[in-house]
Amino acid sequence: MVSALSAERRRTLAPYLLLAPMVVWLLLFFLAPMVTLLMGSLQSGSFSEGFAFTFEVGNYVSAVGAYWPWFLRSITYAAIATLCALLIAYPLAYMIVFKAGRWKYLLLVLVVAPLFASFLVRTLAWTTILADQGIVVEVLRSLHILAPDQWLLASPTAVIAGLTYNFLPFMTLPIYVSLDRLDKRLIEAATDLYASGFRAFRRVTLPLSLPGIVSGCLLVFIPAAGDFVNAQLLGSVDTQMIGNVIESQYLRALDYPMASALSVSLIVLIIGLVTISMRRSRTNEIL
Amino acid sequence: MSVSTAPESSARLNYSPLRERTAAFFGRHIIRVIGALATVYLLLPIAVIVVMSLNKPAGRYNFTFNEFTLDNWTNMCGPYGLCDSVALSLQIALGAALAATIIGVLAAYALTRFRFRGQGMANILVLLPMTMPEVVLGASLLTLYVNVGIPLGPVAILLAHIMFCISFVIIVVKARLAMLDPSLTEAAADLYATPWRTFRRVTLPLAAPGILAGAVLAFALSLDDFIITNFNSGNAMTFPMYVWGAAKRGVPPQVNVIAVVIFLVVMALAVTMSIVATVRANRSR
Repeated sequence: MVSALSAERRRTLAPYLLLAPMVVWLLLFFLAPMVTLLMGSLQSGSFSEGFAFTFEVGNYVSAVGAYWPWFLRSITYAAIATLCALLIAYPLAYMIVFKAGRWKYLLLVLVVAPLFASFLVRTLAWTTILADQGIVVEVLRSLHILAPDQWLLASPTAVIAGLTYNFLPFMTLPIYVSLDRLDKRLIEAATDLYASGFRAFRRVTLPLSLPGIVSGCLLVFIPAAGDFVNAQLLGSVDTQMIGNVIESQYLRALDYPMASALSVSLIVLIIGLVTISMRRSRTNEIL
Repeated sequence: MSVSTAPESSARLNYSPLRERTAAFFGRHIIRVIGALATVYLLLPIAVIVVMSLNKPAGRYNFTFNEFTLDNWTNMCGPYGLCDSVALSLQIALGAALAATIIGVLAAYALTRFRFRGQGMANILVLLPMTMPEVVLGASLLTLYVNVGIPLGPVAILLAHIMFCISFVIIVVKARLAMLDPSLTEAAADLYATPWRTFRRVTLPLAAPGILAGAVLAFALSLDDFIITNFNSGNAMTFPMYVWGAAKRGVPPQVNVIAVVIFLVVMALAVTMSIVATVRANRSR
């Protein structure tokens, strides 16, 4: 059969054959699960008696009704962490591109280094750094930023610090790439035309690095909004995020329809927020 | 990027020399100070992991430094189940990296070397899993496994890891293939090499650094994955699952030892690869 195919046919079929394993794999283990998740969110019943598809839209009403504070907290924490990561990553990436000289590649390795240290273990390391008798708490207390009866662990600050830290490389790398690709002659042209250093930065460097900023923000915000590890290890009952709720609904309460409705709501919320902010950042000329 | 301050430019602008000098100082140094602080912030937890791997904890919790010891390093596999979990993680990571690299390289080749209908759709399909929070990926796989009847455990974890590694491999390999000079493959074809021979003898060796980088990335991602694994593991205990379970009752310091070893190995791989890539790039220039 194969030999009967003309060379021309074979060439047009080639890309599809090469893509087939990837497409099949993602259909089976990415798209199909998404469909079962969506179907599952409209089921009713219990784990012991079995679930049945009843088009139970009520799951969404009760999911959002019961857990909207957790959604709100996740979005707030993720937004603050994204902002903090941007404020740290931009100067860092800027320094690596423009000021680091021959240290450039070493610094790049250091930026991604945290990703090579186990996610859970490096998050647990923050419990040592922020410990109640630790040096950070001592310094903040002596500066009267923290009252003697206040601490950092089990607070929203710790959770946000953990989120910021864990996803910082995902902010730094895209900004680094966009700054590194930037045509340096444009900045020279701006300064040659008597733009001050700051003005050249604001009018040339910053707008041209915007794609890096946008993808960095997405790469931090999305995983941060769905995270439950930082809230679990660094937070308390009062800092639980929607990820914690989803995790416990699936793995402990075994309320699959409710948990699936929460997951779908999270996706919808994230996609909605991302589209709105993307559209706004495109229409309003930033700065 | 040295901004030359020619005398006529400072005369033309109405800046006092002092103000200009302060501004220049800030421009020159503040960014370095912030950058240095950010680097310390990035590396501090890693330093803590190393230090706490040399600690003899006072109680069950390894949070505060008590006493220096090398016991944790000489007795790595001391805590029950720790090294078994590392072994399982390594097996899954090897399998996931191998499968994802093969699937990913084929797809990346198709996406860079051919123009065909549905190409845009294929590109979007590759990116989609990366835009989903991991909780949702893990949870949706759990619903699939439960519905279809695939038992939770090592196989379920492996299938899931291959899924999310494919996208990363494709992105890395595509970037490498896009850098290659298309005239090289055209030359091979002109010399009557079959497409398969061209792929094997020209494209594959040239793309090797990118393929290796993709494979190492997949390996590292699979080895460290917790969130998706947590939903699909059943009773299987990978290294991250071990740490998660131990976090509730006190993490043994040997966990830090394992984390340091994994960190050093992956760092060594990454640094070697980037050195090799730089040397090769310099040689071919």
